Amino acid sequence: MSHATHTEASSSKRSERSQSASLTYAVFLLTGLALLVVAPLFFYPIFLMKLLCFALFACAFNLLLGYTGLLSFGHATFFGGAAYFTAHAVKEWGLTPELGVLLGVAGAAALGLIMGFVAIRRQGIYFAMITLALSQMFFFFCLQAEFTRGEDGIQQVPRGHLFGFIDLSVATNMYYFVLAVFLIGMVIIWRFINSPFGMILKSIRENEARATSLGYSVARYKLGAFVMSAALAGLAGGVKSLVFQFATLTDVTWQMSGEVILMTLLGGIGTLIGPIFGAGLVVTLQNYLATSDFPVTIITGVVFMACVLLFRRGLIGEFYASRLGRRLGFEHRH
Amino acid sequence: MLSARGLTKRFGSFAAVKDVDLDVHHARVHALIGPNGAGKTTVFNLLTKFLQPSAGSINLLGTDITRTAPDKVARMGLVRSFQISAVFPHLTVLDNVRVALQRPNNLSTQFWLPMSSLDRLNDRAEELLVSVGLHNERNAVAADLSYGRKRVLEIATTLALDPKVLLLDEPMAGMGQEDIGTVSGIIKDVAKERAVLMVEHNLSVVANICHHVTVLQRGEILAEGDYATVSQDPRVRTAYMGTEDD
Repeated sequence: MSHATHTEASSSKRSERSQSASLTYAVFLLTGLALLVVAPLFFYPIFLMKLLCFALFACAFNLLLGYTGLLSFGHATFFGGAAYFTAHAVKEWGLTPELGVLLGVAGAAALGLIMGFVAIRRQGIYFAMITLALSQMFFFFCLQAEFTRGEDGIQQVPRGHLFGFIDLSVATNMYYFVLAVFLIGMVIIWRFINSPFGMILKSIRENEARATSLGYSVARYKLGAFVMSAALAGLAGGVKSLVFQFATLTDVTWQMSGEVILMTLLGGIGTLIGPIFGAGLVVTLQNYLATSDFPVTIITGVVFMACVLLFRRGLIGEFYASRLGRRLGFEHRH
Repeated sequence: MLSARGLTKRFGSFAAVKDVDLDVHHARVHALIGPNGAGKTTVFNLLTKFLQPSAGSINLLGTDITRTAPDKVARMGLVRSFQISAVFPHLTVLDNVRVALQRPNNLSTQFWLPMSSLDRLNDRAEELLVSVGLHNERNAVAADLSYGRKRVLEIATTLALDPKVLLLDEPMAGMGQEDIGTVSGIIKDVAKERAVLMVEHNLSVVANICHHVTVLQRGEILAEGDYATVSQDPRVRTAYMGTEDD
């Protein structure tokens, strides 16, 4: 009996907490939005757009690592692949930017379906190895294929007119287009996690054998999450090719797959906004160190080691678990 | 309802289960007992297809399921519990049951709907929790429950699927006396409309609620029959139950 009252008490405390959490979330969310809207007044728009693209990429990756428990080592395929598809469609076929991006997303989802189908039945390191191998094959394909122009990449991609009338060569217009895409991507991720499907994903992560014994075909749900993650990574990649007007081999290399893992870990696995901060940190470091003589990979390497040794939950994960974070009503979700 | 013929599982040269025949009937509680390492859990894993048998066949409700995938078998109405308590630890008690209800209600693949779309499962979920006496703890996180209560929750989740055949792997292990009484009652109730096969070490429970007993030893069937017959069998007494009299 005392046990029942104990659990009841702790659950009512929890619901109180979640109420104050949703309030703080709302405050943070609005502040964040306001900052993003005025940001181009203070920062170089290209830098901001790059940041948003990588933030969305990292969040898409986190959908798989943080919310499904699968470590993919081949996400550059979807990011860089979509960049090629979008760039080609816009430049060679003269599609409008929004159609070009959608085509990139569709292409990334298709690649995700293939890669996921092959890899999904393997676990842990084997899953990572298969995704790595397949993405290396895709890299080789991009190196050799005609339409990617090999080492040169697809250059001078026109940004075109959004819906046929908004001129995206104007930096401000482009920025708000990228911001809108980023926010749409975040809403999709949020809804995906907090949906009936997301509930099953969570239960699979909690206890896979039990989910199977309840009649869920675990591999199919994982594949669904994999394809969704690939499609969103493609969304980020497609937009990035419009921002830089350039689709390049760099975006399909294994280093790019590694970078997104780094961003996600730095920001905090399994937190919705953590990867945004992780991506922000990495992109900022790269940007400011690009002009110095000091090699940027060493810095990011040191930051990564510090993260693994000192704050394993990542920036946002640690913040949620800290006293301040808990007082604000956040709770680190596993 | 569920029958197995010549069920065999070899791990390398070691046969964990050898030539086992089993028949589980509607509205009966069938117990599988035997000393540690006798192969009881392996038999469970074979029947529910978590393991693929090396030889023999399994038939569920007239369909051969020897080569069927485990999730498919579950959807056909054969649902199991696990020896180590199998709940979703970070979900609430209510959510644990709702996850089980999602699939039969076709609410498991919608990634575009809000979480609140699951609220229409609440009535049925609460009903199940009332039936096993977990109603007061419905908002507690499953990990906070005592061991015995977790097992009770697991049974509620299993019942949410309205299975035709229920396989319970040591449902009473680690339970307090009070919970054992409750769970025995639940199992008896459940078995009125279903077939139940359970692995159990607590012999007084077996004597109380089981209609039929199969004794396994070193992967083979040693004896079969109702509890009174089996418990009088001298081979069984020496192999397993002898210790009870000491």
